[in-house]
Amino acid sequence: MKPSDNPPQPRVTRRRLLTAGAVIPIAGAAAARIVQPGEMPWTEGAADVPPPAVQPAGYTWLTPAEAAFVEAAVSRLIPADELGPGAKEAGVPVFIDRQLAGEYGRGSRWYMQGPWGEGEKTQGWQTRMTPAALYRAGIREVDEAVGKEGRAAAFAKLSADDQDRWLHQLEDGKVKLPTADAKTFFELLQQNTIEGFFSDPLYGGNRDMAGWKLIGFPGARYDHTSFVKKHGEKYPLPPVAILGRPDWNPPGGSHG
Amino acid sequence: MAEKLPSVDALVIGFGWTGAILAQELTDAGLNVLALERGNWRDTPTDFAPTFAQDELRYYWRHELFQYPAHETLTVRNNASQVALPMRRLGSFLPGTNVGGAGIHWNGQSWRFLPSDFLARSHNTQRYGKSAIPDDMTIQDWGVTYGELEPHYDRFEYLCGISGKAGNLQGQIQAGGNPFEGPRAREFPNPPMEMTLPPALFAQAAQSMGYKPFPQPSANMSRAYTNPLGVQLGPCTYCGFCEKFGCGNYAKASAQTTILPVLMRKPNFKLRTEAEVTKINLDATGKRAVSVTFIDAAGREYEQPAELIVLCAYILHNVRLLLLSKIGKPYDAAANEGVVGRNYAYQITSSVNVFFEDKILNPFIGAGALGMVVDDYNGDNFDHAGLGFIGGGYIGNIQTGARPIETHEVPKGTPGWGSQWKKALAHNYLRTMSLATHGAVMSHRGNFLDLDPTYRDVYGRPLMRMTFDYTDNEHRMSDFLTDKAAAIAKAMNAREIKANPRKGSWDVVPYQTTHNTGGAIMGTDPRTSAVNRYLQSWDVPNLFVMGASAFPQNPGYNPTGTVAALAYWSALAIRERYLKAPGPLA
Repeated sequence: MKPSDNPPQPRVTRRRLLTAGAVIPIAGAAAARIVQPGEMPWTEGAADVPPPAVQPAGYTWLTPAEAAFVEAAVSRLIPADELGPGAKEAGVPVFIDRQLAGEYGRGSRWYMQGPWGEGEKTQGWQTRMTPAALYRAGIREVDEAVGKEGRAAAFAKLSADDQDRWLHQLEDGKVKLPTADAKTFFELLQQNTIEGFFSDPLYGGNRDMAGWKLIGFPGARYDHTSFVKKHGEKYPLPPVAILGRPDWNPPGGSHG
Repeated sequence: MAEKLPSVDALVIGFGWTGAILAQELTDAGLNVLALERGNWRDTPTDFAPTFAQDELRYYWRHELFQYPAHETLTVRNNASQVALPMRRLGSFLPGTNVGGAGIHWNGQSWRFLPSDFLARSHNTQRYGKSAIPDDMTIQDWGVTYGELEPHYDRFEYLCGISGKAGNLQGQIQAGGNPFEGPRAREFPNPPMEMTLPPALFAQAAQSMGYKPFPQPSANMSRAYTNPLGVQLGPCTYCGFCEKFGCGNYAKASAQTTILPVLMRKPNFKLRTEAEVTKINLDATGKRAVSVTFIDAAGREYEQPAELIVLCAYILHNVRLLLLSKIGKPYDAAANEGVVGRNYAYQITSSVNVFFEDKILNPFIGAGALGMVVDDYNGDNFDHAGLGFIGGGYIGNIQTGARPIETHEVPKGTPGWGSQWKKALAHNYLRTMSLATHGAVMSHRGNFLDLDPTYRDVYGRPLMRMTFDYTDNEHRMSDFLTDKAAAIAKAMNAREIKANPRKGSWDVVPYQTTHNTGGAIMGTDPRTSAVNRYLQSWDVPNLFVMGASAFPQNPGYNPTGTVAALAYWSALAIRERYLKAPGPLA
C-alpha cells in the first residue's frame, strides 16, 4: 500500500534547519530524527540505491605484484576451462581490488577493538588485520616463502601444479607465515573469489554474468510467478543484472 | 548533562515487530506513545525497491540490513572455563537494526508452538518421569498456555495474512494440514503458497513413508491481501530474496507492510529514530522506572520520562539493557540463582543434500517460507522413551531461493576448489535440493548471558557475554532428526544424498539461525523468571519486556509467531488490567 496519501506536511529535519540559515534550538527537538504524528518519513527520489557500477579498467588498491598474485590465485580456485571463463576472466581480481579499496577492506563494520586473543576456532575471526591488511601481509609473506623455496621468484610465476600445492598448504594451515595466518588468508581469498564470481556485475566481477550462466542462475529477476508450477522445465530466460543486460543498452544510447 | 524531555504515557524501546504491535495497541487504548529506535527509518519504496533489492553481496554478505558489530556486538564462548572473545563479524545469527528490525529480513516462517511446548517441565516429567530431565537442564513451564495464546496467534496471523492450511480446527483434524498442531479457532487467512518441484518431491516421499507433510505456514503472501487494519499486501512473486533481504513487493509481512501505514498517522504516536537507549532509570526505591537515557546521532544525551516503559528490542539487547540498568538479579550460573541472563537458548539445525541426475529443480525460484514440512518428530509428537533426549524439530524442504554466492552444494568427495569443483557445481546447481532439520534447544545451567568483564561498546559500556554450547540432549536429538531426514531423502530416489549433521561445539562462524532466546524469561516464580506471565518485570511493575527473551527454552519452531502472540497477550493485559490499576499483574 502507498505509505501515505496525505499531502506533505511541514516538519523539522536537520536539512531544513540548516538550510534555514540559522540553527535555532527547538524545545524537545533532538538531533534524533523525529517523526511527527501523521507523518511518513518517505522522501521522493531518496532511494537507498546501490553504489555506482565499478569501471573495470586497472587496479586502484592492489600493487602490480599483488595483482599478479591475486590473478594467479583466483585462476586456480576457479579456472577457465571448457565450461567457460574462470574467475580471472570474469573480473574477480577487479572485484577484490575494489572491495579492498573500500569499506569492506577497512573492516569498518566489524568490531575491531582490543584486547586481541586467538581463542577457540568456534569463536571465529580474531585477527587484528582488516581484510586489506591481511591481503597485503599474506601476499607479501607467501611470495617471500615461495622465493625461499627456490622454484620461482613469486607465487604468480610458479607452474599451475606448484600454485595448487601452495594453495593447499595455505588451506590446510601447513605454512607458517610471519604475521598473516595462512588458513585465514586462504579462507578470505576463497570467499572473496566466490563472491566476485557470483555477485551482481555491478561490483566488477561476474563479468557478462559468466558465473550465473555457468550454473543457470537467472540473476536479479523479481518475478518467477509464471514459472512456479512448470515443474521440471528448464528456465528459458537469460540472466539479468541490476543494471539490466548488455543487449538492453544499445551502443550510444542513454540508458543505464 | 542529559537534556530532560517532556514525559509521555508510554515509551517503546526498539521499533521492530513487538514495538510496532505494542505502539499500535497502546495508542488504540488512548495513550500518548513514543517509540525510540536506534537505527534509521526504513521503507519499501526507498530501501528495498524491486529494482535493486535482489543484491546478494550487498545485503547478505556485506550485512547492509543488520547490526554492525563495530557499533554493538557481544562476546562468545562455549563454556565458563573459556575466555570470551568478541563476535567481530556477524556469522551464526544476524540481529537486525533500524525501523522494522529483524522483521525486515526474516523468511516469514510463521509458526505456533505445540500445546505441550508451553508445559516443557510438567509435561515431560509426567510422561517420562523425573529422571528424563537431567539435573542441570533448567527447563520450565511458561506460565501461559497454548489455549490462552490461541486468540493472539490468530490475531497476528490475520494481521500478516499468513498463507497455510489448518491441521486442527477446533479439535477436528484437517486433511492437508499439520495434524499435530494445537486447535485453531479458524482457518489461515490465505491458502498455502504454490509449490515448486522440490517441496512437491519431498512431500511425495514423506507421504509414501506414512508421514503427514503440510505446507510451511508463510508470511509470504499466496495472494493479494488486505489485513484487518486496512493495509494491503501484494502477492509473492517467488523471487527468492527473502531471508537477509527486504521485500520490494509488499509481499512479506513486516511492521512496514502491516502496521506502520496506520500507526504512523495516529495523532498520539511519535517516533524518534537514531535514538539509542543506553539505560532505564529507576526511582530511589528501585521499584519504578521513571525514564530512559538515550543518545542521538550527534552523541548528545537525553532523558525521556515515561509512565510505562515497554522494552521491545531484540532479545540480546533486551537482556543487556536490563543488566546495564541493574533491573532484576543477574543470573549466577555457579549458584544457579538470579534471573537476568538465565536460560539462554538457541536452535540446532542440520541438513541433507539431495542430488538428482534427471530432474531440473530451478532452486532459485523460492520464497522465505515456501516449503513442505513434517512435524512428526517435533516437540512431544512422538514417544521419546529410550531415546535419551527430549524435544524435537521439524524436517522439511524450504526453497528460500538458491542465491549463488551462498548456495554451492556439491557431492561428497568433490574438491573444495579448482576445475573439478567448478564442473561439479555447474552440473549440480539446478539439480540439487536440501532437506533441513530445525531442532529445539533446551535450557541448561551452563548456557547463560551476562556482562563481559573486558570488552566495551562504542559508548564504553560492557558488551554482553554469551556462554553457550549444545549439550548431549541437543546432539542426540539433532542426530535423530538428521537420520530421519536422510531416510526421507533416500526415498526420493535421487542419484545421491549427503547428510550434514551438526557435530561438535556451537560455532559462531557459519550462519545457522537468528533464533536466540531466553535471558529474561517468563514464569510464575520470581526466583526463576525475570518477568511474570504477562511479560511484566517482577521487580519493576511499570516495565514490560517483549520478545523471545521471554522463552524459558526454545522449541523446535521459528519464534516470530510466538513472539507476536505474547506481545498481543501482554498488550491486552496492559490495556484491560494494568492501565486501570497500575501495579503487579500476577
